[in-house]
Amino acid sequence: MAGGTGGGETITMSTHESAVQAAHAHGAPQGFIRKWVFSLDHKVIGLQYYFLALVAVFVGMFLSLLMRIHLIWPTVALPLLGDIKPETYLTLVTMHGTIMVFFVLTTAPQGGFGNYFLPIQIGAPDMAFPVLNMLSFWTTLVGFIVMIAAFFVAGGAPLHGWTGYAPLSAVQSTGPGEGLGADLWIISIAIFCIGALMGALNFITTTLDMRAKGMTMMRMPLTVWAWFVTAILGLLAFGVLLSAGILLLMDRNLGTSFYVPLITVNGQLTGHKGGSPLLWQHLFWFFGHPEVYIAILPAMGLASQLLSVFSRKPIFGYKAMVYAILGIGFLGFMVWGHHMFMSGMSPYTAFAFSIMTMGIGVPSAIKTFNWLGTIWGGRIRFDSPMLFAIGFVSLFVSGGISGPFLAQPVLDIQLHDTYFVPGHFHLIMGVASIFGIFAATYYWFPKMFGRMMNESLARWHFWFSFIGTYAIFMPMHYLGMAGMPRRYSQMTEVGYLLDLIPLQKFITYAAFITIAGQLIFLVNLFWSMFKGKKAVDNPWEATTLEWTTATPPPHDNFGGHTPVVHNGPYEYGVPGAPRDYVMQTDPEIEPAH
Amino acid sequence: MASFSTTATVTDPRVALGDDGILPPALAGGSGDRPDSGLPDYATRLRRARLGLLVALTPVLMLFVSFTSAYVVRQGLPSLDPRTATLVRDWIPVTLPKLLLINTGVLVLSSVFMELARRQIRGEAVFASADSIPGVPPASESRIPWLPMTLVLGIIFLFGQWMAWRQLAASGFYVATTPSSSFVYLLTGTHAVHLLGGVLALLGAGVASLLGLSLTRRSIVVDVTAWYWHFMAGLWVYILCLLEFAS
Repeated sequence: MAGGTGGGETITMSTHESAVQAAHAHGAPQGFIRKWVFSLDHKVIGLQYYFLALVAVFVGMFLSLLMRIHLIWPTVALPLLGDIKPETYLTLVTMHGTIMVFFVLTTAPQGGFGNYFLPIQIGAPDMAFPVLNMLSFWTTLVGFIVMIAAFFVAGGAPLHGWTGYAPLSAVQSTGPGEGLGADLWIISIAIFCIGALMGALNFITTTLDMRAKGMTMMRMPLTVWAWFVTAILGLLAFGVLLSAGILLLMDRNLGTSFYVPLITVNGQLTGHKGGSPLLWQHLFWFFGHPEVYIAILPAMGLASQLLSVFSRKPIFGYKAMVYAILGIGFLGFMVWGHHMFMSGMSPYTAFAFSIMTMGIGVPSAIKTFNWLGTIWGGRIRFDSPMLFAIGFVSLFVSGGISGPFLAQPVLDIQLHDTYFVPGHFHLIMGVASIFGIFAATYYWFPKMFGRMMNESLARWHFWFSFIGTYAIFMPMHYLGMAGMPRRYSQMTEVGYLLDLIPLQKFITYAAFITIAGQLIFLVNLFWSMFKGKKAVDNPWEATTLEWTTATPPPHDNFGGHTPVVHNGPYEYGVPGAPRDYVMQTDPEIEPAH
Repeated sequence: MASFSTTATVTDPRVALGDDGILPPALAGGSGDRPDSGLPDYATRLRRARLGLLVALTPVLMLFVSFTSAYVVRQGLPSLDPRTATLVRDWIPVTLPKLLLINTGVLVLSSVFMELARRQIRGEAVFASADSIPGVPPASESRIPWLPMTLVLGIIFLFGQWMAWRQLAASGFYVATTPSSSFVYLLTGTHAVHLLGGVLALLGAGVASLLGLSLTRRSIVVDVTAWYWHFMAGLWVYILCLLEFAS
């Protein structure tokens, strides 16, 4: 790794530019509360989101560990929980999924890194609406607290899964946890939606209206494109989830029948009639599938960024990458029905959803081939951010390949309720996105904290995570194909599954080791904040705007200056240039002939 | 009614010069804001606020699109009658209270007043700029209190919706009586909550005026609230048509 300082041109703020620069109207805050708690600074808010997600991910991992222990030692009493009943196991499944999807995969890549770096990467002094930005974080935090509170109320947390399928979720008497715990679960998600919508509003307005001079849309880093499209997806999807949640709350508490047909629970008529559980599924998955891309698009943008930086080559097919992001975002709204093949939908409808789902493979393949084209022939630097970026591509491809299997209704009916599905979505949506978060952490840590993370620990962390992830989730595909059902809490005494129990044990041991490996990351993160080697302004010799400013960036991001952009974001190995990279703010380079 | 644009710039005559081609509110902060206050100029702030509003209205739209979708789906669903074990329709159309028509008139009128208030406060900002020019006599301003009148009408509308709910309940239609009544309460209630947001924004602008805060800021708040208010009026007309003609 070569050290260097950010080059590039910055000019003194002129009257013409004051319109952009002066948007950072609130001065540098004084005092701990204004500076670190109720901060209006997008960088602090980004860090707040990041640490919230960090807390959430360890809560989620702890829950998954309890599940794994129970699966292979079902009679062992667990800490805090004692003996695990089947419904308690479903509670763990529900809360693990919900916390991970909303408060980790949605929160860290977009709320954390997006908040911190989107304004800087487009040359803006802050988000368009700083107060709204602050409110979006605090709203999200309240949502998280309400979600955790569900553990501690009478009946405990809900057991209806992170998808909250009705009528299980819509009738209070369907099980322990479906009383107040389920209400808190719905309210938490509604609060989260409001926070996410406020965030999306800021991301879109900032991107459209606050780009520095010269930062055309086609000069934006692919990270910015990814955050921008993710915000649009959130804008369209979270409103639908909010509406679904309102209807669910009304069914549960006001006696309406949007989702609940005439059913009995424990031999008693519920008093509902005529509602449709499928209505919930349609509304939920209209949100739920774009949510997959909300989680993974930022990681795709980041992988594009890092593969270019660490291969010392321009990104292969910048425009194609942009159109692929847009294509994935658009098609993401057309495929929700593939989650519902089991619901008895018309085969013609299922066929349409199936075709559209496989159609998403086209822009996804464009991205994958362009990533390979980017590193092909490059002078690759295998620093920790690059390792995790490559790991992301690996997981994305591995998880993505099983997608077309599930996209076919006849196969999905066989595989849907088996371990094949958790294997698939954990690889492509869960851990791939987490690898994006790790890559972003190692890449931007020097800029955020002014110090380098320990590279040896980072490499150990990578190999633990990479091998561990495959050890956990690849065997799940085999379990699924062999017919092992998911969501069952106790399978050690089921005759036809006995031969598969050793594989379940292997997965649990792998989970132990992989989670232990995350402690390396935790130690490295906090140790490096205070004791890490001092970072120079541009340690990776990258070209985008965050590397032109001081480390860490000043309150207004560019220290009273505003950048002027002359070049694209991935100018590496330019013939005739004095070094192997050209900053976005360097004088405009001649196009190659 | 003026057109909505999020692309206002300093060269946009609708913003920079006003509809009458008069000088704009002072730039670099506008009237009432010190030039060194660190805020972007008026046109930039207005453009950004309008863009923000346009983006913010998208999820509101999606919310009501979802409700509409649920409305159409739920309307067509049969229900099992346990006594006869046959599928029956449980969608009993609700006769909407006539009061809703009066409320609609109130809201549409408030939207007109809101537009007049928007134009008025922008004019005030322009006059504030001109007043500071030596030799220019103070302008004779229209002092019709459009903004408070809008506020009052907005509150009357909300009160009228509450009265309509009471009339519905008096005629035996509660939230869970029939799916159609559930949707009446849902749609009117959700719309009322959103309109309440507009009322609070107007109250905020009024308090800002009493406190003597920047005219520019108030102008932007009123402008954005006006467009929001028009959207809410249009949305209400849509909801009423849905409940009346699609049930």
